[in-house]
Amino acid sequence: MFESLSNRLNEVFDRLRRRGTLSEDDVGAALREIRIALLEADVALPVVRDFVAAVRAEAVGQAVLRSVTPGQMVVKIVHDHLVKVLGGEEERGPSGGPAGLDLNAPAPVAVMLVGLQGSGKTTTAAKIGLRLKTRERKKVLMASLDVQRPAAQEQLAQLGRQTGVATLPIVAGERPVAIARRALQVARGEGYDVVLLDTAGRLHVNEELMLEVAAVREATTPHQTLLVADAMTGQDAVNVAKAFAERTGLTGIVLTRVDGDARGGAALSMRAVTGKPIVFIGTGEKIDALEPFHPARIAGRILGMGDVVSLVERAAETADKDDADRLAARLEQGRFDLDDLASQLRQLRRMGGMSSMLGMLPGIGKIKRQIDAANLDEKLLARQEAIISSMTKSERKNPKLLNASRRIRIAQGSGTSVPEINRLLKQYQDMAGMMKKMKKLGQRGLMRHGLSALMPGGGGFHR
Amino acid sequence: MRSWWRSTPAAEDAAPPEPTAPPPPAEPAEDERRGWFSRLRAGLAKSSARLTDGINAIFTRRRLDDVALGELEDLLIASDMGVGVAEEVVDALRKTRFGQEVSPEEVRGALATEVVRLVQPVQKPLALDVAKKPFVILVIGVNGSGKTTTIGKLARRYQDEGRRVVLAAGDTFRAAAVEQLQIWGERAGCPVITRPQGADAAGLAYDALEMARRDGADVLLIDTAGRLHNKADLMAELQKIVRVLKKLDPGAPHAVLLVLDATVGQNAHAQAEIFRQMVGVTGIVMTKLDGTAKGGVLVSLAEKYGIPIHLIGVGESAEDLRPFEAEPYARSLVGLEA
Repeated sequence: MFESLSNRLNEVFDRLRRRGTLSEDDVGAALREIRIALLEADVALPVVRDFVAAVRAEAVGQAVLRSVTPGQMVVKIVHDHLVKVLGGEEERGPSGGPAGLDLNAPAPVAVMLVGLQGSGKTTTAAKIGLRLKTRERKKVLMASLDVQRPAAQEQLAQLGRQTGVATLPIVAGERPVAIARRALQVARGEGYDVVLLDTAGRLHVNEELMLEVAAVREATTPHQTLLVADAMTGQDAVNVAKAFAERTGLTGIVLTRVDGDARGGAALSMRAVTGKPIVFIGTGEKIDALEPFHPARIAGRILGMGDVVSLVERAAETADKDDADRLAARLEQGRFDLDDLASQLRQLRRMGGMSSMLGMLPGIGKIKRQIDAANLDEKLLARQEAIISSMTKSERKNPKLLNASRRIRIAQGSGTSVPEINRLLKQYQDMAGMMKKMKKLGQRGLMRHGLSALMPGGGGFHR
Repeated sequence: MRSWWRSTPAAEDAAPPEPTAPPPPAEPAEDERRGWFSRLRAGLAKSSARLTDGINAIFTRRRLDDVALGELEDLLIASDMGVGVAEEVVDALRKTRFGQEVSPEEVRGALATEVVRLVQPVQKPLALDVAKKPFVILVIGVNGSGKTTTIGKLARRYQDEGRRVVLAAGDTFRAAAVEQLQIWGERAGCPVITRPQGADAAGLAYDALEMARRDGADVLLIDTAGRLHNKADLMAELQKIVRVLKKLDPGAPHAVLLVLDATVGQNAHAQAEIFRQMVGVTGIVMTKLDGTAKGGVLVSLAEKYGIPIHLIGVGESAEDLRPFEAEPYARSLVGLEA
């Protein structure tokens, strides 16, 4: 989602990078661009003002003017401030990971979800329920307090059946506060660890419904009250977040539809206004597409530095560990053959397609856009796998063997064409080249330069 | 929350008992009969109050200088109007009023004029062509934008006008989406064509059109699953629905309504752009305009794409789905009386 913001900032910094030195005018121009980029990314105005002022205070000065790579210096300052606004490094759980959802209270722990209509509360409830059930081995009860929207309770019940998470039986005509009380009663009686209360969507200016949610809060004293908000939200994010924080006492935020292409300024806005952490992000329609929020990683993504850590983690979860270790070792050595490519293609497919994957890679936003534009889909991955499967073992180890007649044979064997094989080989060569450069640069170099350092100057992907 | 279907005895009788229905909240009756403009104003008041207060604060007995113009631009940006349009409006003011002492009313008037200039061309009602039997309306949008609710309200509207309406529950993906539309169908008293969850939405649309034809329906409203516009496979699915409809009626769908949530920020542009490219959006419905910040993005959308804006939603009830009108909309937005 932060793609477009990172593009804008990249454009600014591309210009800065090209210069040897940096004048105050340059900093001013960069900051104006940053301001516009942030506003177009839907970051709320007051948050943008603070942000730009803070960056200016650090950027205009000797440190930048004297530094060898002034553009990088500004990148770092912007990055650090983004991390700070998004939640800072200090928000960490005991294991050093993100804090996640704090359930440290006597069972049953009540967790209430609030938000505007259509922000994704019910889906999020089911996602959280599944996550707590499978990852934290909690006994979870979900209850829908949504008596406004037609079939909302039925929706949660169906999602409960899908995920195997218990839902409170629906009693026709029961009011929200009564439902919430009954949920806690049932949870106490039947030994549930967590009760998820899915409330009706409401406008923060609807007094009647805000009173209702306040009443539910009083009746259940939830340990966690999460604001579920759409990542596509505009300037209004500050008003919504402020109102819900005042009326319902938020403890955290869940950002949904992060898999869209919204620039996601709402994340910055709401975090800045409420001071509450973004606990989870919704990253897809699948019921397990819920991830913890990592301020540093997302800030890196905004700046086009990529989300390598998430990528590796997701890879580790999807791929078996041996595969991941092997891949990591190979990457470190800068060795990469067609077998590795094939196993990567398989993993890509398992991990939910190319676009979502590429978004995590450093500086690859431009490539991703080209791929999106080219309408590459998962079928292509399958075809490419078929091509590699039609090769002999020695061909896979040493693609140089692939002369014209071998390529014709492979095309026939895989039901593809020679040009397709050529494209795959070109792609392989590009990737193998990148791997080599990655090895040379090492992790620090990669973080500093992004993938642009890996691209040949003026090469196909780089603008 | 007002609920027209519960406050109308006839509808109450017709509808089977609803497990989810709360008792009707007390609501003054005259509220139901208020003119649509006052409803829109009431809805917009909360957001325009902020804008208005801001404008007052900046311009009361003040010279229109660069600082004042900069603050005005910021205020416009804060209403989701977008940086480009905000700059345009401010530049227009700069050309005519720079250095003058201006009152808040003048600034608001000028702003309203500019907003009207931008949105007037896209003020087009959703016109049904009675020659088309049925007139097929496909309703699309991202998740949670309010497609099903909009269909429910439209169904009710057309049914009240004496048209025969058929609904197609094309959201076969989301849990209980079909049930949600069925309840709306029961309330409006029109048939809802369904298939089990996970069924092919295009097949359903085809069947629905066939059935609506056979029954001599006037309007067929087709619901679709919410989809993010950057998901190629889901957009292809939408294209398939259109393709399949055209097999029965080359002119179908006669209207493709893109439903946008008013709280959306600049991403509305990407949504409009891609949905338009993929399935040819013929009109926009903006829902949930009764919150705090909104409308701004509608102005920049109008300027950029010129897609007709048919309807705006300013409340929960069916009457709150209203034709979009540039003049009152603009004046409401900047906090002027009608």
